[in-house]
Amino acid sequence: MLHASGLEKRYGNRRALGAVSFDVDPHGFLVITGPNGSGKSTLLRLCAGLAVPTGGELRIDVARERVGFLAHEALVYRELTALENLDLYGRLYRVEERRERIGMLLERFGLWDARHKRAGAYSRGMLQRLALCRVLLHEPALLVLDEPHSGLDDEGLHLLERELAERREDVTVVVATHEPERVLPFATSRLALG
Amino acid sequence: MSYLADVGALARKDLLLELRSRDTLPAMLLFVLSSFVVFHFVLPTGTDRLAAQGLLWVAIVFTALLGLARAFSAEREQSVLDGLVLATRDLSAIWFGKALSILAFLALAEVVALPVFGLFFGRVELRTVAAVALADLGIAAVGTLLAGMAAASRARELLLPLLFLPLVIPLVIGGVGATVADHPSSYLGLLALYDAVFGLVAWGSFAYVVAE
Repeated sequence: MLHASGLEKRYGNRRALGAVSFDVDPHGFLVITGPNGSGKSTLLRLCAGLAVPTGGELRIDVARERVGFLAHEALVYRELTALENLDLYGRLYRVEERRERIGMLLERFGLWDARHKRAGAYSRGMLQRLALCRVLLHEPALLVLDEPHSGLDDEGLHLLERELAERREDVTVVVATHEPERVLPFATSRLALG
Repeated sequence: MSYLADVGALARKDLLLELRSRDTLPAMLLFVLSSFVVFHFVLPTGTDRLAAQGLLWVAIVFTALLGLARAFSAEREQSVLDGLVLATRDLSAIWFGKALSILAFLALAEVVALPVFGLFFGRVELRTVAAVALADLGIAAVGTLLAGMAAASRARELLLPLLFLPLVIPLVIGGVGATVADHPSSYLGLLALYDAVFGLVAWGSFAYVVAE
């Protein structure tokens, strides 16, 4: 599903990621660890197809719209409600039975009662839950998750772990985290940066 | 049809955002009306009508610039552009949707501004309205592309006017010409040609602007 060989990313003279190689098979689960500034987020942007490598080779065997990318930011409009944000993404991703799927995800992540609230009024944890709904909305084939546990309370962490466990057989996952112990039970390979 | 559905969803989202935040259209309106008031007092009594017509185009270009500077602010705040790039199959739909919303803001600002201009500086002729409408298309097409480019830059406040103003000079020439010339049709033709050429260029190149 993903093949990287000598993968490098530079911004001008600054090297953001240096000569990384890895393979992730379909339905594999790669855990990326490393200190701040080691290039985890850069690597995830490359894996999601949002950045272009400046060196080495990267092959992604999945179309851009089949990627679910969880970033540091929620990638939602603050002035729109949770429902409106997910409806927009659902339309763009052409999700079948969009309303039902959005309703199911909002229920599952405990946001149903706050669905008409603007995302800008959400707490950090609620935004992370909304971001997870956005990421899972179109049933992606490749999940690229940057610090998915960040901002989540105990219930949120439990929900995330349940989602990962349930989808384990259906998707390929690349996750960067400072809390590897939370995802190691699912991992098929591990990459330490820095 | 799916492409147009994407464009529609993206344009509708922009209009909804403006309805909620009201931070672009009111600013554009206030700016264009204030400009007319300033021009009214700056121009000496009995000034030639042609000078006033020229100022109309100054006000339109800078009002558009004000709107364009805010065009991608919502996307920038939460890096939403990354989400849109992943979700939209044809990236030009992002440009199309944004250009439509900018066109709507410009048109709304001018619906108020043109009668006020007429009040201060004399009747606004039909050919002026036609020239403004054609110029709006070009401004929205080119401006959206440049606003997208500037949004990715740290020096966006500087970059946008530096790129935008030279590129809309043909629109100003065509607009002023159509407003004051004895035979406006060739100037209206120039505006239409600009819209077609730059519209196609902007539509075709936007994907390279948003994708790294």
